[in-house]
Amino acid sequence: MDDRRTPLARARGLGSAKDGVGHWWVQRLTAIALIPLVVWFAVSLVMLSGADYAVVRAWIGSPLVMVLLILTIGVGLHHGQLGMQVVLEDYTDGAWRVALIVLVKFIAVVFGLGAIVAILRIGFGG
Amino acid sequence: MSVANRPSNRPLSPHLQVYRPQLTSVLSILHRATGIALSVGALYLAIWVMYAAGGARGYEAFQSFNASILGRILLGGWLFSAFYHLCNGIRHLFWDAGYGFELRDAYRSGWIVVAVSLIATVLSWIVGLRLV
Repeated sequence: MDDRRTPLARARGLGSAKDGVGHWWVQRLTAIALIPLVVWFAVSLVMLSGADYAVVRAWIGSPLVMVLLILTIGVGLHHGQLGMQVVLEDYTDGAWRVALIVLVKFIAVVFGLGAIVAILRIGFGG
Repeated sequence: MSVANRPSNRPLSPHLQVYRPQLTSVLSILHRATGIALSVGALYLAIWVMYAAGGARGYEAFQSFNASILGRILLGGWLFSAFYHLCNGIRHLFWDAGYGFELRDAYRSGWIVVAVSLIATVLSWIVGLRLV
């Protein structure tokens, strides 16, 4: 391709729009938040193994668990989609890259909202 | 980001096969692999609470899959992925803060991550299986 534009002209619009570290920083913030949340959830999951339907619902529906579970799923999905974006940016290119990243973000939002509604419904007696 | 303007010959990150395996690279690859597994696992977690909200019959069916051999392998794998990604993630946060870059430290922290995540995984499997 015969590109006579200056290096600056070619770089414009391709780089940071004053939020270059935003993705990196949120990935770290969510990572730090997930340290206690994942430890709590892993211990809870092990303790709940073998529990029947009523016990699981009572557990999910208690106020503290509702808050921690919504945080775990919400922050976890956010951290997960940020990480998947990096993986896709590393190993895919072109239109596929954009399409897959958008798909991953949509899936994260849909499942996150679904989980939150489910938890609230259990807690508030639906 | 403008896809149309980007030259098509830009390099991608090096793919896995160009590396000779060593502890540091294996742990790095494992961090990605467990991260991808946990992303899928987070969706499974969302499905779990949706089944719990849905009703007893659907939940029983969901639980009978979890109790199957395949379900147990997946849940056991999820626990290992969670513990490993958690421990190695803390190692990454120390690197982000500027600590532990010497080769000796990177290997030592790597082995600590391997040991702690394996111990936590085995403990969770033993306790979890006993409670079933």
